[in-house]
Amino acid sequence: MTTLSQTLASDALTSGRLPRFTAPVAVVASILVGVAIAILAADGNLAVAALFGFALYLVVMEVAARVVEGARQASDRRASTLISGAFILALLPLGSVAWEAISKGIARFDLNFFTMSMRNVVGAGGGAAHAIYGTLYVTGLASLMSIPVGLLTAIYLSEYGRGTRLARSITFFVDVMTGIPSIVAGLFAYALMGLLIGPGFKSGFSGSIALSVLMIPVVVRSSEEILRLVPNELREASYALGVPKWLTIVRIVIPTAISGLISGIILSIARVIGETAPLLIAAGFTASLNNNPFDNPMMTLPVFVYDSYARPGIDVQAYLDRAWAGALTLILIVMLLNLIGRLIARRFAPKTGR
Amino acid sequence: MSQKLTRESDVASGQPEPTPPPARPDPKRPGETIFRGFAVGAGIAILAILAAVAAFLLIQGSPALLADPAELATHGYGEFVEWVLPYVFGTVWAAVLALAMAVPVAIGIALFISHYAPRRLAQPLGYIIDLLAAVPSVVFGLWGSNVLATGVQPLFTWLNANLGFIPLFSGQVSGTGRTILTAAIVLATMVLPIITSLCREVFLQTPKLHEEAALALGATRWEMVKMAVLPFARPGIIAAVMLGLGRALGETMAVTMVLSGGRNITFQVLTSENPNSIAAQIAQNFPEAFGLKTSQLIAAGLVLFLITLAVNMIARWIVARRAAYSGAN
Repeated sequence: MTTLSQTLASDALTSGRLPRFTAPVAVVASILVGVAIAILAADGNLAVAALFGFALYLVVMEVAARVVEGARQASDRRASTLISGAFILALLPLGSVAWEAISKGIARFDLNFFTMSMRNVVGAGGGAAHAIYGTLYVTGLASLMSIPVGLLTAIYLSEYGRGTRLARSITFFVDVMTGIPSIVAGLFAYALMGLLIGPGFKSGFSGSIALSVLMIPVVVRSSEEILRLVPNELREASYALGVPKWLTIVRIVIPTAISGLISGIILSIARVIGETAPLLIAAGFTASLNNNPFDNPMMTLPVFVYDSYARPGIDVQAYLDRAWAGALTLILIVMLLNLIGRLIARRFAPKTGR
Repeated sequence: MSQKLTRESDVASGQPEPTPPPARPDPKRPGETIFRGFAVGAGIAILAILAAVAAFLLIQGSPALLADPAELATHGYGEFVEWVLPYVFGTVWAAVLALAMAVPVAIGIALFISHYAPRRLAQPLGYIIDLLAAVPSVVFGLWGSNVLATGVQPLFTWLNANLGFIPLFSGQVSGTGRTILTAAIVLATMVLPIITSLCREVFLQTPKLHEEAALALGATRWEMVKMAVLPFARPGIIAAVMLGLGRALGETMAVTMVLSGGRNITFQVLTSENPNSIAAQIAQNFPEAFGLKTSQLIAAGLVLFLITLAVNMIARWIVARRAAYSGAN
């Protein structure tokens, strides 16, 4: 607090303020100068323009604010600029990924891509139908395993085990489990199947085991948070009517929280549907449609993208086009799932506090 | 008192703690016993799964760990520790580079959303950053190797030419731009939303009175952030960084698709001689591996698992300790 009183004693409160239009004018001027520099010195490179414009704005505002408003206001403005700049900086990769995926993916984003597999396809043509089927099988099986385990654990944590040592350790290890590297989950599924069935066994089911390891903690965390939002009065009212605890949970708590639970589950599916590394290890590669998740390798969409990129055949561009089309499909699926999840969460928000 | 950051919501809303459950299930109600049994069983199953992950990796990786070095040299990739150490270095180095770039930006974004952006915009802006987390890693890998690498190559050449006296930027600059720095930029983008969302949560928990007191004393917004928000959030920031580190260490596709790394231990970030990460090494070699090589890769996975486990446990421990402390506020 000493620094504050010292600085207060100086010029801060008595100094003037820059006119309100200073910042917008400085922004526009900096951008123009940045673009000019870029055109003159770097062939109109937009990155150079942005960099110079930003640096110029920082310097100009620093000088102007320091002269008119004093050092404290100047550092405040500098911090605001840098903080807003950080946000804009984060939008760049997002915008770039979206733009590249759309512009490069659209080339093969056609009917064939969704109806044909890569069986006997060399070079152009073919599609990712086998991979899309595989993704549906693998993610579906993973959901079948993860959702009951995750939900029941969340119920235990929020309804039965509050404050017990077991609940505390489960919470801790669920959190630790969210940090398991995805490739380790894949190795686990591979190692498990290697012991149970035989070395080198790869199947869609192994892939879904790997995904379950990644998905369960996400389901637990989101469900538990939602269950805790259910007002306690509802539980107590139910107990008062003589309803046993488990029926209270099944008939009162879960229906109250159902929208949040569903949205959490959808978001957790979105989280694992784009996983590549574990499926690369556990589910393997194939060029053909495999409708049996319990035997033989099964292609999935993320692995398809990786495979098309990493081992292209002759006519590299055809493989790259397919990879981008696959990436676009994946982004669309994940975004759609995210959107649905958030809409459900907002539209049917838990009826709390009445 | 609850242990997790996110748990504090129910404390904040003034909700009473739930009544303790009946001590013993009624024997006349088998439904109760069964349902409770399932719930407890699911919880224990999770602990079992985590133990199983370690156990199965150990079982399947043990042939490589126990094998004679000479045998590993002929049928595997070489003596285990000597083989894995460069990849451990690559893993840690890539993650450190990524965090060095991601942490300042993430703290900035979190501050922007929590204290700078108009309140009505805060939530949509948060969603936009969360979208980054939704992009599948393979898409980031594709983007990093096809778009970013060529985009940053001129910058790398410039850095090498003008700042080459710094050891970091020295050496023969890569012509493709596919260096560990590119991989680290992609990694940074991927861990950004995680660090941001955790920091944002902590920043929002700063006691309103502290902020208002600072402002009332005449502090500017940045001074308020420096004096009230950041000191309060420091343990939370550290935990967020650790969690980001855990993610960066284990992330596979960014490094796999951007780098064609080898077993180089070098701090030069612009050359085409790059270290590889454990995860990338596994992903690149696993499909072709067999026998002892598979075991060796699984054992490398075990090493990665133990590293990330340690990092995550430390992070969670910090979070838990902090939550218990801040509950008094």
